[in-house]
Amino acid sequence: VKDVRQVTVTVNGQVHELAVETRRTLADMLRHDLGYTGTHLGCEHGVCGACTVLLDGLPVRSCLVFGVQADGRAVATVEGLADGTDPDAQLSDLQCAFSDHHGLQCGFCTPGFLMLAEGYLSGGRPADAGEVTEAEIRELVAANLCRCTGYQGIVEAVLATARSRLGPAGREQGTAR
Amino acid sequence: VSWVGARVPRTEDDRLLRGRGRFADDLTAPGQLWARVVRSPVAHGRLRSVDVAAAARSPGVTTVLTAACLPAGLAIPVRLELQGIDLSGYLQPVLATGVVRYVGEPVAVVVAADPYAAEDAAELVDLDIDELPATLDAGQASAAGAPALFAEGNVAADFTIGYGDTGAAFAAAAHVSEIQIQIGRHTGVPLEPRALLAVPRPADRELEPDGGLDIYGMTKVPVFNRDVLARMLGVPAERIRAHAVDAGGGFGVRGEFYPEDFLIPWLAVTLRRPVKWAEDRAEHLMAANHSRQQSLVLSAAFDAGGRILALRADVLHDNGAYCRTHGITVPELTLAMLPGPYRVPAYAGRIRVVLTNKTPCGTYRAPGRFEGTTAREQLLDVAADQLGIDRVELRRRNLLGRSELPHRRALSTLGTDMVLDAGDYQDLLAAAMAQADRLGYARQARLRPGPDRSRGVGVAMFLEKSGLGPQETADIELDETGAIRVLAGGTSLGQGIQTVLAQIAADALAVSPQAVTVVCGDTARQPLGTGSWASRSTVVCGSAVHIAAEALRARITQVASTMLEASEDDLVLEHGTVSVRGDPESRITLGAAAAAAGPPGLRARGRFDVSHMTYPYGAHVAMVEVDHGTGQVRVLRYLVAYEVGRAVNPALVEDQLRGGVAQGIGGALLEELRYDEAGQPQATTFIEYRMPTAAEVPPVDVLVCEQAPAPGNPLGVRGAGEGGVSAVGAAIACAVRDALGLAGGVGALPLTPVRVRGLAESAIGEESR
Repeated sequence: VKDVRQVTVTVNGQVHELAVETRRTLADMLRHDLGYTGTHLGCEHGVCGACTVLLDGLPVRSCLVFGVQADGRAVATVEGLADGTDPDAQLSDLQCAFSDHHGLQCGFCTPGFLMLAEGYLSGGRPADAGEVTEAEIRELVAANLCRCTGYQGIVEAVLATARSRLGPAGREQGTAR
Repeated sequence: VSWVGARVPRTEDDRLLRGRGRFADDLTAPGQLWARVVRSPVAHGRLRSVDVAAAARSPGVTTVLTAACLPAGLAIPVRLELQGIDLSGYLQPVLATGVVRYVGEPVAVVVAADPYAAEDAAELVDLDIDELPATLDAGQASAAGAPALFAEGNVAADFTIGYGDTGAAFAAAAHVSEIQIQIGRHTGVPLEPRALLAVPRPADRELEPDGGLDIYGMTKVPVFNRDVLARMLGVPAERIRAHAVDAGGGFGVRGEFYPEDFLIPWLAVTLRRPVKWAEDRAEHLMAANHSRQQSLVLSAAFDAGGRILALRADVLHDNGAYCRTHGITVPELTLAMLPGPYRVPAYAGRIRVVLTNKTPCGTYRAPGRFEGTTAREQLLDVAADQLGIDRVELRRRNLLGRSELPHRRALSTLGTDMVLDAGDYQDLLAAAMAQADRLGYARQARLRPGPDRSRGVGVAMFLEKSGLGPQETADIELDETGAIRVLAGGTSLGQGIQTVLAQIAADALAVSPQAVTVVCGDTARQPLGTGSWASRSTVVCGSAVHIAAEALRARITQVASTMLEASEDDLVLEHGTVSVRGDPESRITLGAAAAAAGPPGLRARGRFDVSHMTYPYGAHVAMVEVDHGTGQVRVLRYLVAYEVGRAVNPALVEDQLRGGVAQGIGGALLEELRYDEAGQPQATTFIEYRMPTAAEVPPVDVLVCEQAPAPGNPLGVRGAGEGGVSAVGAAIACAVRDALGLAGGVGALPLTPVRVRGLAESAIGEESR
């Protein structure tokens, strides 16, 4: 007998109500029940990070979270990164930086890296962390796997975004989008 | 303005950055069912029965497929038959019958309403298997008395290639060097697992009275795979359409015809329902092609001046349990490419292709070259030290000179005669060394990093191959709105091929690349395409697009000439218009030319036929730091110098090279598909299969050279897909050898901490003797 619960979850600002099996992962719920297929599954055991989304603003591996755990909470996925709900909306500074610095090839791991970096830069980074360094960003990027780029473009893209958002002192100066 | 040569931003990026990619598992069809493959849990055994009763009763299950439900004798065919070797006795059945030969071999398929139910039911399929002794080592498997995987024996092929009198050369040699090296079993591991969606099309009274089938998820060689599937299903090929999808990396592994590529469509056709299959990572690591595992013994005869007189190779190739689509491609390339960019007057190579109770093998980016280059470059370093000649100087002396090219090597590979085309290998090596010097490699390598640590530099030259024919076809369309669409036979695996082809078409038609839409990998729109593999697409597909676009340009000019009442010679194509020279008011848009031609507008086909490959080349320089206590190797600096002929998009060439280096570092230091003594795979998660992260891959210095345009194609391009990975095993092995001061080679890749500690201890032992 399926153990099904009613869940209310906000995804990229939109409220969804649905019945979901308790064992269903957040990733499968997002992808197959709600249609947010930008979140990808590369390993389903929490290593590759392709499925990274923000849960109440912080990065999580959505393959290691059950859909029911998102009940009453806010999820942000790659589909919500560009400004507004307009399909042709301007890409965010972070998305633009990934393209400018060649931080993607096949694009499969990209949503995970984008959400990891967005979560870090928009709240996850300690306020007293000081100046942003290449080593700091490289350590962040080492949380996820990419098989195409060799990471150089990803590190450069996140570093450039961090510097433009946080400024030389490493403190938030308002998002320059 | 020339778009070819420009760093044009990728047209692929916008969609992918918004999360709007179209990967196979992103697609859903109404009424779709989910398949789960039941796989052998043992490495070798007699399959007595498959009891599906409990699984079939499980909630949500539609059907359970076993070999008994299928026509007998269905097996995965070889895609590339080479050297006249018959492998028909060693092919993989689509579902095991009678015998299972590796952990992960498909035995049954459960189909259910959702993937969780399918996975639950798959665990209820009861396999009755009498275990047989597993054979896991190629050396033992090829010896007399080894447990036999097949009635024909365990050696699927044993062949030699070569030329000249190596016996006389070795007898006359002033010096002979020999090394042995084992290359570890590892593979491409694209981040996107394999996935397929098969959707039956309802019957159409006139066109398809028996219906058709839409497939999403065939990548790399969709036309070939469609044809194989059609033969196996017994339907005409045109009733099957493989649609273009995004692919989360290819690397040789994704997109070959696997058992699932038959099973999922067969189920969809039989059940008359859409069926989706998406493998999990553990399945991928035990079911998709493995690669690389070889044991090589290499010896070279030198004269007193350090010039190579002859080369001998004896290779043992562990192919796993079956011969799949690649047949003997990897073994053949290993031998054929072993002499590399050097002057080798006589050569004898032998390889034995041995079957073992492990996952079957196929190609992985730079197949045969990663393995052979590692062996050859280690040998050259060992020989240089023995001869007392500088390692780079020994290479310089033996590289084929500019005046010796083109060089006809008396070998064939992939069915083509081997003619090393234009180039200057010595110049490339000099450029690489100068660049490494400028960037401070040698200076940094001399720094003493502290007690129990040392640094080393490794230099490796390599020869690549690309642009395999025999043909590639592209169509190009211009409609009355001015829209230009290229229908290409290459496939998008993430490499940026759509951007590259748009640049090539844009140059011929004097429009911007943004004005060109490129459709790759749709078998209905381009039924003559031969796919993206072996670094061929920019070369052969790019040339076909170039030819098609030039033909379209000629048609446009012809039509415009009539419309503008001007001679074709007086017409100027620019910014999407045709105008009369000296009379800019007299102009029409490209769309108007297409409209004047009537529906469907203007079209042209380009076909590029080619009988020889082109041979790009390059050098890798690695600087590493070795911790003698822990055995950890850190790659501190890495340089790739690569002759690409002509870079259509230099930024994308750099991307290919950097990405290749990262994969090479994985194979050189981290990644290994190990098995225990019972044949159980020991790397079925990303914890055990260690792919490099940003912490292991340094920034890569890249020197893209365009000194030697390829003579064999209209663009002069040489392909860029594999040069980043070819020599990484070699350069890192040479660097570690240098750091430890070894007299011989490193013996085996990957250079894991355990192996490196062993090498460090042996080096101390040598010193104290």
